[in-house]
Amino acid sequence: MAFRHKHLLGIQHLTPSEIRAILDTAESFFDISTREVKKVPTLRGKTIINLFFEPSTRTRSSFELAAKRLSADIVNFNRLASSVVKGESLKDTVLNIEAMNPDAIIVRHQCAGTPYFISTFCQSHIINAGDGAHEHPTQALLDAFTIKREKNNIEGLKIVIVGDILHSRVARSNIFLLRKLGANIVLTGPPSLLPIEFKNFGVQIDYNLERSIEEADVVMMLRIQSERQEKNYFPSIREYRNLYSLTEKRFKQAKKSAIIMHPGPINRGVELSSEMAESAKSVILKQVENGIAVRMAVLYILLGGKEGETTD
Amino acid sequence: MQEKIKARIMDSRKIKRAVHRMTTEIIERNRNLKNLVIVGIRTRGIYLGKRISKLIRELEKVDIPVGVLDITLYRDDFSEIEAQHMVRKTEINFPVSKKDVLLVDDVLFTGRTIRAAMDSLIDLGRPRTIQLLVLIDRGHRELPIRADYVGKFLPTSRRELVQVRLKEIDNCDEVLIAEPPGLK
Repeated sequence: MAFRHKHLLGIQHLTPSEIRAILDTAESFFDISTREVKKVPTLRGKTIINLFFEPSTRTRSSFELAAKRLSADIVNFNRLASSVVKGESLKDTVLNIEAMNPDAIIVRHQCAGTPYFISTFCQSHIINAGDGAHEHPTQALLDAFTIKREKNNIEGLKIVIVGDILHSRVARSNIFLLRKLGANIVLTGPPSLLPIEFKNFGVQIDYNLERSIEEADVVMMLRIQSERQEKNYFPSIREYRNLYSLTEKRFKQAKKSAIIMHPGPINRGVELSSEMAESAKSVILKQVENGIAVRMAVLYILLGGKEGETTD
Repeated sequence: MQEKIKARIMDSRKIKRAVHRMTTEIIERNRNLKNLVIVGIRTRGIYLGKRISKLIRELEKVDIPVGVLDITLYRDDFSEIEAQHMVRKTEINFPVSKKDVLLVDDVLFTGRTIRAAMDSLIDLGRPRTIQLLVLIDRGHRELPIRADYVGKFLPTSRRELVQVRLKEIDNCDEVLIAEPPGLK
């Protein structure tokens, strides 16, 4: 097995062969969720904590189901119902949870770097489930897994990522991952949400949606993350929709075989029209289904082996 | 360092005869052959299973489907093995419920692989019966498990290695006893 890390904090530091090892493993886990008995005994006796400081529907329940289908025990920590509201610090919260001897902690937090910070004083395996505008590694892995299942290969594909790149951890993780696997990436969105520095990641930037979609294999739409925007980055939702919403007409510029992706949650009628979200080209719900297999693979790879032989 | 080969127990002719004899026993015992399905345990059990299915077709004109079972997720020694095993796919494209399932593996040793295989099978459905076929039974069972069809009983010491090689992946048919490296 090529994977030698104790934690999954991001995609940036993984090698292409480590990424492939996760995606190949996920392939074997996919069938389990389609069987009548959706459970294997692999991680029996392991305890996993879902530590989510931000709201989440997909990621949290996906991790929960992944853990349960591997027979691990999982406990959900809910920020609002916890002592955090009484003023307990992040470090104290984590130390108390760590004292209950979990094997892995899955962390989502609004501040970039929180999972890394936790990994510096914790014995458990730490999995980043999204930290601020930094990374969301399992989302990128499940996106790559979905593209691979739909297109057989990732190398050489033209993948367009549209929207609020500035605030998107999904975009960052996807850029790292898809570049490592040899895809050509075009970013598009309003200049205020698409800093020119992204060029350093080896991607193309084009502020015109119609032009960037031409001959695309994959169109990945992102949500406007209003909760991370303290000021206005564009004049109005209507203008944004006029320039960057994916409509049927615009999507015609892409290849006939192109697919539409979205990490969710969708703002219908803003970045994506309702018809496009539900069209046959949309793989948005397949992404959700694939997420479980990918997260099972991540849990298996991190928790399945013997302790003390990892590099970090 | 390479392990030292101590003896060649079976060659291609002996393997062929053993497979032929076991196939005849299977046909004898399973009067309703149409209800039989074969499940080979990765990796060499698959090829043995395919050989048996082919022989049954020649002898009885019945097509027996062959599935592939990967038992990695059902192993009981997860915390003991060095690095994680690569999980590969279980490919059983037929229902196993109410079927007579013939599990096929190359070597029967502690019985733990077969325990894992049976757990895995039962999660896929409820077979009417499970039968076990192995090419080599080398003893040293740790669980109450026995094979219904055995190619050859081979008394071994615990530290010896039994290697089954099959044409489909090893370019030759043979069974070897080897000594692990580092032992005198």
